[in-house]
Amino acid sequence: MIDSAERLERRQRRLALVLIAPAVLLILMIYVIPMVLVLLASFTDYSLVSNGYDWIGLDNYLRMLEDEQFGNALRNTVVYALVFLPGAFFIPLFLAIAIQSQKRFRSAFEIVYFMPVTSTLTAMALVWSALMDSRQGILNNVLTAAGLPPINFLGSPDVVLYSLAGISLWSIIGFNMVLFLAGLTAIPSRLYDAADIDGASHPVDRFLSVTWPMLAPTSLFVAVTSSITAFKLFDVVAILTQGKPAHASEVFLYLTFLEGFEYFNMGYSAALSVVFLGVIFLFALVQTLLADRTVYR
Amino acid sequence: MTDTAAAFPLRLRIAALKPGRVLGFLILACGAWAVVFPYVWMISSSLKPTDEVYDADFTIWPKTFAGVQNYWDVLVGQPYPMFLFNSLIVCVGILAVQLITAVPAAYALAKLRFRGQTILLGTVVACLTIPINVTSIPLYLGVVKAGLLDTYLSMMLPFLVSVFAIFLFRQFFQAYPDSIIQAARVDGFSEIEIVLRLIVPAAIPAVAAFSVFSIVAHWNDLYWPLIVVQSQEKMTASLSMMQYRSEFDTNYGRTFAAATVVSIPMLIVFLFARRAFVRGITMSGVKG
Repeated sequence: MIDSAERLERRQRRLALVLIAPAVLLILMIYVIPMVLVLLASFTDYSLVSNGYDWIGLDNYLRMLEDEQFGNALRNTVVYALVFLPGAFFIPLFLAIAIQSQKRFRSAFEIVYFMPVTSTLTAMALVWSALMDSRQGILNNVLTAAGLPPINFLGSPDVVLYSLAGISLWSIIGFNMVLFLAGLTAIPSRLYDAADIDGASHPVDRFLSVTWPMLAPTSLFVAVTSSITAFKLFDVVAILTQGKPAHASEVFLYLTFLEGFEYFNMGYSAALSVVFLGVIFLFALVQTLLADRTVYR
Repeated sequence: MTDTAAAFPLRLRIAALKPGRVLGFLILACGAWAVVFPYVWMISSSLKPTDEVYDADFTIWPKTFAGVQNYWDVLVGQPYPMFLFNSLIVCVGILAVQLITAVPAAYALAKLRFRGQTILLGTVVACLTIPINVTSIPLYLGVVKAGLLDTYLSMMLPFLVSVFAIFLFRQFFQAYPDSIIQAARVDGFSEIEIVLRLIVPAAIPAVAAFSVFSIVAHWNDLYWPLIVVQSQEKMTASLSMMQYRSEFDTNYGRTFAAATVVSIPMLIVFLFARRAFVRGITMSGVKG
């Protein structure tokens, strides 16, 4: 018996190695080795334009502190995130609660609000830019009809980040709404009954005493993933504005892309990538630390 | 949508309408119209001649119907079928390799004991946070050195293993009862048979959810194709939209017919596989 158990274990070990081998090989090739190379490259002045490269230590990282484009990209990303995040959190929360209380059209609403999540954003960005067209777009026709001055949504440095945030919101609301709906349906109804007995029967009371505390884990998840999404803004910028006008829409990831694949400053771009990953790691860390502390009561 | 309400007298039905619910419905309906409008506008414009697209008085149905001409131009006059085909090849290729590598690895992580298990799981979890944007420089240089630029292989390469899939399937397999696996072993099933005949069928919901995820993500991806695709022959549908960059083809109707052609496949996938997709989101999000 012991003998056969040992044989089974040995067989299992061998089999396990066979089963994981392809995945391990690919993980090494696609994640581990490139990650090590990015770290190494970030300490060099490697570029595609010149042959050979030198170790320059932390110079790439120090350069960021003085680089105007970097400061500008960071500022743009933060402004964009500050516009985007409240909308990406509260609108889906409101929608989820409103949809929960609907009886008949629930799934129809779910389908409609979720549609943009799977949409091909590159194609839909073209549609949005047509709707936002400064002279003949529908949005400005509406504004003019209401007696307001037209807005140059994508061409004005002061407005462009707001417009991009609007397009991104449209594409993420359904995603976060689904998460909130899942969180809401997991709340046992007896808690609401208990709140009723305690005299918390007004919708606002019910929300504050039951819904909001019970949604804490979901809320945390939505907040963190949306922050990461905000930080990853790239597609819409690449297709609609390319950082224009006057670098007003040049966000972090787009600058990283430009440095690497337009100007071929691979070393500097690698350093930017490392910083980018560092920020995402921070978000993930916050998520992990707080998730253990959220109480389900 | 069965109308059981019809059985009740009208007075009771009106009484059952809570003002809060009616207000919620109105707001939801307005919001839904705003969300759908870009699609309506896109499809409507794709049926119009150029001079009508930006007409001040917008009508959903075109005054002059140019739909046939626009779609003929896009599907026959321009290489859009090829772009769609490229996207399809890349998406299906990526998904196939992802599943072939992830299912066995996830099973080993969930149900078998081997040396280095903890290290592998730790690596998988750590890699979950690494987006393609971070590793794209060395991957690009590797592709260049291997002379693979502008090939299907290079378009698929960074996505051939999905740490997300490994993680998701492992969670799923862990819930699978050990007693059944033990019983199968006693019955003389080999481990490979166990994986193929017990585990894979049980994993169908997770596999379906992940598949929709993967296909949608790579159909819509712009970042990587933008880096490795150089010729029109290898352009993906998503990348083909870059041709219009903020400066449109002066033929607006045709532009939005192209945008519609590129968008429709994922809309169809969404309508058919919405449940699987949503399950994937909640599986990965709320529990993980």
